[in-house]
Amino acid sequence: MIEAKEVDKFFGDHHVLINISCSFEKGKTNLIIGQSGSGKTVLMKCLVGLYEVDKGKIIYDDRNFSEMNFEQRKNLRQEIGMLFQGGALFDYMTVEENVMFPLNMFTRQTKEEKLDRANFVLARVNLENVNRLMPSELSGGMRKRVAIARAISMNPKYLFCDEPNSGLDPQTSGVIDQLIKEITDEYGITTIVNTHDMNSVLSIGDTVAFIYNGELWWKGNKDTILHTDNKELNDFVFGTELTSRLKQ
Amino acid sequence: MNLKVITNTGDYVLLMLRVFTKPQKGRIFWQRLLNEIQGLGIESIGIVAFISAFMGAVVAIQTAYNIDNPFIPLSMVGFTVRQSVILEFSPTVISLILAGKVGSRIASEIGTMRVTEQIDALEIMGVNSANYLILPKVVASMLINPVLIVLSMWMGILGGWLAMSAFGLVTTTDYVNGIRIDFEAYTIFYALLKTLFFAFIISTVSGFYGYKTSGGALEVGQASTKAVVFSSVLIILFNLILTQLLLT
Repeated sequence: MIEAKEVDKFFGDHHVLINISCSFEKGKTNLIIGQSGSGKTVLMKCLVGLYEVDKGKIIYDDRNFSEMNFEQRKNLRQEIGMLFQGGALFDYMTVEENVMFPLNMFTRQTKEEKLDRANFVLARVNLENVNRLMPSELSGGMRKRVAIARAISMNPKYLFCDEPNSGLDPQTSGVIDQLIKEITDEYGITTIVNTHDMNSVLSIGDTVAFIYNGELWWKGNKDTILHTDNKELNDFVFGTELTSRLKQ
Repeated sequence: MNLKVITNTGDYVLLMLRVFTKPQKGRIFWQRLLNEIQGLGIESIGIVAFISAFMGAVVAIQTAYNIDNPFIPLSMVGFTVRQSVILEFSPTVISLILAGKVGSRIASEIGTMRVTEQIDALEIMGVNSANYLILPKVVASMLINPVLIVLSMWMGILGGWLAMSAFGLVTTTDYVNGIRIDFEAYTIFYALLKTLFFAFIISTVSGFYGYKTSGGALEVGQASTKAVVFSSVLIILFNLILTQLLLT
């Protein structure tokens, strides 16, 4: 389980995260939703330590991340996998080298063992015969799947996904969502997904946290989100033509 | 303005403290070092040789046409080419050219990795990204630039000889005699020491501007420009300081 306790974050005078306390459960797909600019990406970057919190703490299974030194964080980070919005695959490496990179850096496995693991995780995300391709030769959906494969190559306990569906068509988005859900269930990972895609919310949202203007505005799940009387959340959920028509 | 200079200098020093640490995985460091020697050094051989040969030829022609006093021997052409190429042209002017070619490459490569979140991906994995990305470039530049400068010296002197032979201005015997007049090995040491300083400036300043890039493609271009401008300015400044220190 990952917990954010009374977290505040400022950028200059701008108070981006305001006293956020929230927990993300093990073995579940925990979604953070909100409008663009609401602070959800900042919250995720605070959770993984890319931004330092100005107040409050981040706890990973009773380990206070905010108080860890560089070496302790380095060790904890080997338990974290992250899928970035654009994939963040290393341009100068092949797919196989990308997936094997964390194994090369942090394990003492033989080349054959690393290759076996890379092939296994690539097969797990339904990618075969792409080992020698460069990231520039892949489609958007394939890049995301390679990024997921790289993120799970070290058997992470925690998986972070920053807008996994951005730039993808609805069908491919569905495939990526299901993949994240399956991997979470299969390995009992604590998964946190940052999204504003309502399809994702309704299909994989075991828990859903709604961030509004830097504050935790509402918490629930995919079943309760459609029946809330929270005005701001309803504006967000039923903000598109499609969802508003469905509501009517 | 002054505050910005102080802030940038502080940021540069802090980044260098992260860069100059023991690589996390020696084998990967050596692999990257060889790649950087290829990318930053070997791929610059052509342009260095071309410019050096033509500059040597131009220096020789200008000297030959400006010697109109019969008491000045024609061997002075070889002497002038040698002195100008070894003392100033090869270490300084070629370093300025490398600041343009190599500096922009380093800044744009690292800057692109920053804006596409590849550096964040490294950090999340627990990799010291500054050390992983910049150290091999610094070491490669400091190893390969002296080799390029020695090549430049050879090509400059060779270019001068070819021009003299082609246009019949100075005989080979006079030219070679001129090259040998009052030769001091210390001048080579002086040139190579300057080259090492300049290689350090080019790689670290460009790495710094690339690493602190934020935004998108426009900012990557700006970082690349800043890297070239500041590297060039520092090379000129340190050229004056080192010349004063080493030749007095």
